[in-house]
Amino acid sequence: MMRRMTAVAANTFREAVRDRVLYNLVFFVLLLVASAPLLGQISIGVQRVLLINLSLSAISIFGTIISIFLGISLVSKEIERRTLYPVLARPAGRGEFIVGKYVGLAGTLLVNTSAMTLGFYAALLLMMGGLGRADGNILIAVYFILLQFLVLIGLALLFSSFSSPLLSALFALSMFVAGWFTADLRGFAESNHGLQGWLAFASSYLIPNLASLNVITRVAHDQPIPAALVGYNTVYALSYAAATLSGAALIFSRRNLK
Amino acid sequence: MAAVEILGLEKTYSVGFFRKQKKVGLKSLNLEVREREVFGFLGPNGAGKTTTLKLLMGLTSPTAGSARILGKNWRDPAARARIGFLPEQPYFYDYLTPKELLDYYGTLSGVTAADRRMRIPKLLERVGLADKADMQLRKFSKGMLQRIGIAQAVLHEPEIVFLDEPMSGLDPLARREVREFILDLHREGKTIFFSTHILADAEALCDRVAVLSRGELRGVGVVAELMTSAQKKVEIVWQGTAGIAAMNALGASCHPAGDLVRATVSHDRLDEALDILKRAQLPLVSVTPLGGSLEEYFLQKVQDPVEAHA
Amino acid sequence: MTRKSTIAASFVLIVCMIASWIVLPRAEAIFPTNSMEDVLFISSPEFVKRASLGYSGLLADIYWMRVVQYFGRKHQRDSLQYKALAPLLDIATTLDPHLTVAYEWGSTFLDQPPPGGAGDDAAAVALMQKGIKNNPDNWHLYMTLGFIQYLGQHDYEAAARTFAEGSETPHANPALKVMAAKMLTDAGSLETARFMWQSLYDQSTDKDLKRNAELHLACLVVDQEIPKLQALVDEFQKRFGRTPSSWNEFIRLGALRGVPLDPLGEPYVLQSDGRVVVADFKKLPFIHEGKPS
Repeated sequence: MMRRMTAVAANTFREAVRDRVLYNLVFFVLLLVASAPLLGQISIGVQRVLLINLSLSAISIFGTIISIFLGISLVSKEIERRTLYPVLARPAGRGEFIVGKYVGLAGTLLVNTSAMTLGFYAALLLMMGGLGRADGNILIAVYFILLQFLVLIGLALLFSSFSSPLLSALFALSMFVAGWFTADLRGFAESNHGLQGWLAFASSYLIPNLASLNVITRVAHDQPIPAALVGYNTVYALSYAAATLSGAALIFSRRNLK
Repeated sequence: MAAVEILGLEKTYSVGFFRKQKKVGLKSLNLEVREREVFGFLGPNGAGKTTTLKLLMGLTSPTAGSARILGKNWRDPAARARIGFLPEQPYFYDYLTPKELLDYYGTLSGVTAADRRMRIPKLLERVGLADKADMQLRKFSKGMLQRIGIAQAVLHEPEIVFLDEPMSGLDPLARREVREFILDLHREGKTIFFSTHILADAEALCDRVAVLSRGELRGVGVVAELMTSAQKKVEIVWQGTAGIAAMNALGASCHPAGDLVRATVSHDRLDEALDILKRAQLPLVSVTPLGGSLEEYFLQKVQDPVEAHA
Repeated sequence: MTRKSTIAASFVLIVCMIASWIVLPRAEAIFPTNSMEDVLFISSPEFVKRASLGYSGLLADIYWMRVVQYFGRKHQRDSLQYKALAPLLDIATTLDPHLTVAYEWGSTFLDQPPPGGAGDDAAAVALMQKGIKNNPDNWHLYMTLGFIQYLGQHDYEAAARTFAEGSETPHANPALKVMAAKMLTDAGSLETARFMWQSLYDQSTDKDLKRNAELHLACLVVDQEIPKLQALVDEFQKRFGRTPSSWNEFIRLGALRGVPLDPLGEPYVLQSDGRVVVADFKKLPFIHEGKPS
């Protein structure tokens, strides 16, 4: 079983690479280069803050788009193009297939993010002339961004296991946006009772909590990140991703292919 | 042991916006495929052939019924490991090369790395794609895709091979190659189940056929027997244009061509026809017996019973 | 495509592109869209923060850069109004409450009188207090607030209090203690002003703020030199009963070694009415003495 899942994962990674997804790295580099003259306009104290904000936000946004859209096309495209037939006719279970796809895509994003992070550190090195202890803290923010991707890929696979590519994209994007407002939802739930309150409460837990996974600004200002947060976020993201993945596997195994 | 036993498989679709209307894809199907035989699954487009195959491959679930493959439940992964499938108009990951594709599918089917290394080059050679082993599939023509499709269906040396319209869209040369391949597989002792609407192929390859129409099984039989049950005809060719009227009176159909006439007459009137020619002193060029065609059997079975009575 | 249709298609393409290029500005002129700076000015900073999802830090930086550009542009045109400055700064600091440079720079230029700034010390103080609330351990902010209270509002007691508070924060600059003391003893003097601006210049990392401090220091030099030169002129008048025609007369008398230059390198001007003034008041906007009449 492991071998099959690995095969699916490796094939997914290969597909992403040959699909030229990694070209987004070029845009990232261009973005950094284009922002360099802007940096000249502002004072040194803010330059570092801006570079960190810009790079990490770009890594987050690019990766989110890739997670959602590639994640959706992974299953939907295969069904549309019927490339799935020879695969599923084989002993590989549907669950194995979904998990393999997940791992493949997560791997792609890991590679992508690592490359971008290296690029960012190179730019930081150029700007500051050296790297210090505080700069290592930035890796925590990157780690959290990766956790965010794990959650989003899970959601993308979940939605595409039962709905069309367009709807899946809409659902996934809505979840992404809503994910920043879960605290508000919970506040709303507390002050409202009855059906509205209950709905708000339920959604506040079903919708992924992305706000706590974002420490970009804190890291830009060299503020410390408590270890407890790292622990909680890891457990949260992994559990959430696992839940969506199981959901996807369950739904997909019952799906009739046209 | 039967290679494949289809026990009352049924598939009904719910269509319409609210999914209220029902559409029948397959009515309760009961069928058996014997080991080592080449079984043809015939029917016009939309008869339910692909639906049946998708059900057997586990791509869709039946509304009722079940099937057994090599004695096991058709969903059992152990059974799946021993069958190969070529879908209709197959698509493969176009960013892969044949070697990579076969490697991937091989892994999914449980073929060990050593076996893959050994089998893949030989298989590519066998289907005539050895020189294209490293070309991305997006550049392949239809015929080439079909060949790789067959290759992936047999890579893991299955006991039964299921082919959905393997000859569709191929040029005569490619069709001939596929036919040869199927015969090869048959000689190797594999069971072959293929669906088609091209009767000539079924005639040439199959031991037994089943005829499906509008989701219903209309007929099953051994090909050789089916072909004799239809009427046999004889073709007579003679020189000269005389004698046509007399032949027509026998119920023959005559076609003059230059100074020759070709006529087809039914087998039981052959002697009378030859008499006419002898008496008219028309030189005989040839006498050729014609087999009854599968086509006639097919058409008989496929025609709507309601229409036949009208 | 045949050669003729290729030419025809290319021709149509070029003509249509030119046509749209000509027509577009006219269409836009009918209902002019707002300029970017007005667009950035959204009345609810909290809303902007929400809408920025997780990327408020980046947006804060972008707003900050817009603020600097806005001010720079308006300043170049000698504008007397900087209406959008306070709201834009409010948005930037709501998006990123720890953007210290925004507080420092923002309140400095909010406080200064036009054309050097918006001349709104209430807004400056409010911004600074927001900054201190969000960053209570940042001594730079206390220094800037104290400065505003000292310079803009002339509230020396409040300034002293602020400096004292600031000196209590970790790693505080020792100058704060000195400033607190000076506020209580010698607030109005030129010496104090010089000390204040020099300290500000030394600790500032922002290039605009440094330049600003330099300018103030230069103006303080003028404020010291003008009375001395004026005294010389008055002395001359008393002795010779007329106004001197130029600085050369003083040089001939040996009272001056050369033509007196202001900190910018321009000679001081000896007006016909006997007053000593600076050559270009616009370049030294903060002087109290020597303003041309």
